[in-house]
Amino acid sequence: MPRVHDRGGWPEAGPINQAEHDLSLWEKRTDALLVLLASPAKQVLRVDELRRTIESLAPDAYEKLSYYERWITAVEALLIEKGILTREEIDRKAEEL
Amino acid sequence: MHEHEHDEHAPITDRDELTYYEKRVYAIQSLLIEKGLMTADEVRRAVEDMDARTPALGAKVVARAWVDPAFKARLLTDAKAAVTELGIDTGTLSTLVAIENTEKLHNVVVCTLCSCYPRPILGVPPDWYKSLNYRSRVVVDPRGVLKEFGLELEQEIEVRVYDSTADIRYLVIPARPAGTEGLSEEDLARLVTRDSMIGVAKARMPDQY
Repeated sequence: MPRVHDRGGWPEAGPINQAEHDLSLWEKRTDALLVLLASPAKQVLRVDELRRTIESLAPDAYEKLSYYERWITAVEALLIEKGILTREEIDRKAEEL
Repeated sequence: MHEHEHDEHAPITDRDELTYYEKRVYAIQSLLIEKGLMTADEVRRAVEDMDARTPALGAKVVARAWVDPAFKARLLTDAKAAVTELGIDTGTLSTLVAIENTEKLHNVVVCTLCSCYPRPILGVPPDWYKSLNYRSRVVVDPRGVLKEFGLELEQEIEVRVYDSTADIRYLVIPARPAGTEGLSEEDLARLVTRDSMIGVAKARMPDQY
């Protein structure tokens, strides 16, 4: 059984939804955060680490979350793992918004 | 199938409550700025750079390849160097490979593991490229998937599927449509759609734009 991200050839896959949406602000910000954190100038994290974290999501979370929801979940987990931010300070800041 | 196709973005309501994930992004961003790991200006510029990357860049590359055989040869040999010749910054792309569609061969690109895509020259990938169903199906039933996209290929045409990785990304050079001999490079570039550079469509015919 392949892992959840390894999608090639899954037999139950249905029609492809071809609807597109323009990225919303929070999605662009999520993308920008990752680009900056992974940039050669900062190297706070690496794209491979992001992949590893996304690929480690629980299978139901992987399938349920939207693309950038997966990304920000992984960025948050990595920043906590690296000791750069704590869950508590993110929670506190999020409460203020 | 628990495909989640961004339904929550479809209705634009005038809600003033941020969603859970919006709050996480904005909280993380402001903490990183407070800690001096990035500046608001860097975030703004990163978003601007993302917005500036569109398939028009890839179209320019393809149109040049159509009119300049020597350029096309260089593009097929070392795509990153050839793209750079046109003054396009390839950003963080590690290896870019150009693959050519012909009368006998049709190439289509996917990233089965995630969403790798030549973003510096095509912009962000469309939602369907990142969807679980496209990633799953195009590698086992490319003709069926292409048909779903409105492209029916004759059996004699060979179909090849390229699976991208973070380290190797692909640009399809669609076949130049017949009857475009007199067109300028600029007009040719208008025939080169994003989908034709992913391989789920052919380039437009001149009467289609």
